[in-house]
Amino acid sequence: MNYSRITIFAGHYGSGKTSIAVNYALWLKQRHQQVVIADLDIVNPYFRTKDSSSILQHSGIKLISSVYANSNLDIPAIPSEMNTVFDTKDCYAVIDVGGDDSGALALGRYNEKLSKDDTAAFLVVNKYRPLSRDVQSTLEIMSEIQSAARLKFTGIINNSNLGVATTAQDVIESIPYAEKIAELTKLPLVMTTVKRSLCKGLEPYIKNLFPIDLEEYEWQKKQE
Amino acid sequence: MADKVLMKGNEAIAEAAIMAGCRHFFGYPITPQTEISAYMAKRMPKIGGTFLQAESELAAINMVYGAAAAGARTMTSSSSPGIALKSEGLSFLAACDLPSVIVNIQRGGPGLGGIRPSQSDYFHATRSTGHGDFHMIVLAPNTVQEMFDLTLEAFDLADKYRMPAMILGDGMLGQVMEPVDISRGNNIKTYVKDWALTGTKGLRKRNVVNSLYLSAEELELLNFQRFDKYKEVEKIARTEDYLLEDAEVVVVAYGICARIAKNAIDTARKNGIKAGLIRPVTLWPYPKHQLKAAAEKAKAFVVVEMSMGQMIEDVELSIRCSRPVLLCNRTGGMVPTREAVLESIEKAALLKGEQNADSI
Repeated sequence: MNYSRITIFAGHYGSGKTSIAVNYALWLKQRHQQVVIADLDIVNPYFRTKDSSSILQHSGIKLISSVYANSNLDIPAIPSEMNTVFDTKDCYAVIDVGGDDSGALALGRYNEKLSKDDTAAFLVVNKYRPLSRDVQSTLEIMSEIQSAARLKFTGIINNSNLGVATTAQDVIESIPYAEKIAELTKLPLVMTTVKRSLCKGLEPYIKNLFPIDLEEYEWQKKQE
Repeated sequence: MADKVLMKGNEAIAEAAIMAGCRHFFGYPITPQTEISAYMAKRMPKIGGTFLQAESELAAINMVYGAAAAGARTMTSSSSPGIALKSEGLSFLAACDLPSVIVNIQRGGPGLGGIRPSQSDYFHATRSTGHGDFHMIVLAPNTVQEMFDLTLEAFDLADKYRMPAMILGDGMLGQVMEPVDISRGNNIKTYVKDWALTGTKGLRKRNVVNSLYLSAEELELLNFQRFDKYKEVEKIARTEDYLLEDAEVVVVAYGICARIAKNAIDTARKNGIKAGLIRPVTLWPYPKHQLKAAAEKAKAFVVVEMSMGQMIEDVELSIRCSRPVLLCNRTGGMVPTREAVLESIEKAALLKGEQNADSI
């Protein structure tokens, strides 16, 4: 898989950008010494990139995150170190953008800093989210995000899932939806994400499959 | 047929309300429930409904009063400090027997507190939602699916008994994403509201929605009658039980705490402790008979809650303090761990049934 120095994950609210960003950063780290993940989410109060701080730290990935992320304050602040992502040319960076156009607005201010040559901007889509269940509504959200972020997407990521309950069938049924979006936007379907336990069975059927590990929380049943 | 979508708890509440026929939503943003308003703002205009961001929580609850009086299915939502602001309106809704649904996605308090999850509005929801003698139906979901299902049920119960019903969730349930089967929302029962202010068109006697009574006798009579109705409503008290049959240690928890407790109970069972769970689904009416029955077999109780100990009082009342009751709690936005619940279960297992919890 080809990759750029800066990879941006944006998409509709709750499409799964944070999970992908964290997993993608870990994947990049196996290929590069210096990897940075930046949490640009100004929308979500909980479930932030910071939840994965221990695995990121353990893997030697630098986390750039607002001091208010996961705190008891809901302040839509942008992390002060954000500029280092654009200025430090020898680091590989993953940018996790907040959901919908309201979240993508935060990226807009960095428009002048972004260069087409070293940036990939991926639209993350999930057909199982209530407001993006069909191609048309997903495309509407995509255009709202593009204008808010002043950004043109360069690829589509199919992250259609139902959380830990996702079945192989759910993934397979999402492929026509993702392919249709790719066709209408004339963008490549860069990858389809699959939770790790389903990867083996799905590998023969899914092009560009990308394995994902999900965070586990106190109230979830331990995965056997 | 199952129709599964991946939803945040807050979105599940909003979608359920829409499917239940709610076309009048009045909101005011506050973390961690803002997705309810955001979802309504996106969906309502497309289906001919009204989403209105009021100028304050007080305005929102009084808009609910207006819509409910006109017979519409209506809802408002907020989080702890915002619900406190709605208190007066809630009392008026109850006083006028107006069906309405109120959502409280609790956060840490008191005061402004913080935006992390909490269950510290238990007293407020079940005891002192506002001034005067009244109750609300209070439902406590523990999954995103239940956020959906119980919202449907809240609209039904509110109409059926002509009273406000509250969904009492917490920030974690509001924010977490889980699959939801929304097909149940396709089968909605409606009620004839011949008491509603729909205009007489000169054809019938006018209806009155009012909470002011100049005669004390009249007001007393009305309060007695309303509490007779509450006796009926008490029959809907219900629980979900888990491994309760032979349980010597009974854990009582609602909402997200119940799920953590289930994990701890599984471990306790593996370690040879007969532990079980009672999860109150209705917090008002409280399932006191179910608790009392469990006390006959149990040696001790453990209450898990994200507060300084509020529901524990209902447990002690229900079992008439006949067994020791331990509290396993976190507060201020912290969530209990499986390990902490397990520790409390182990501690409770060592107790003799007759011992008073105060002496531990």
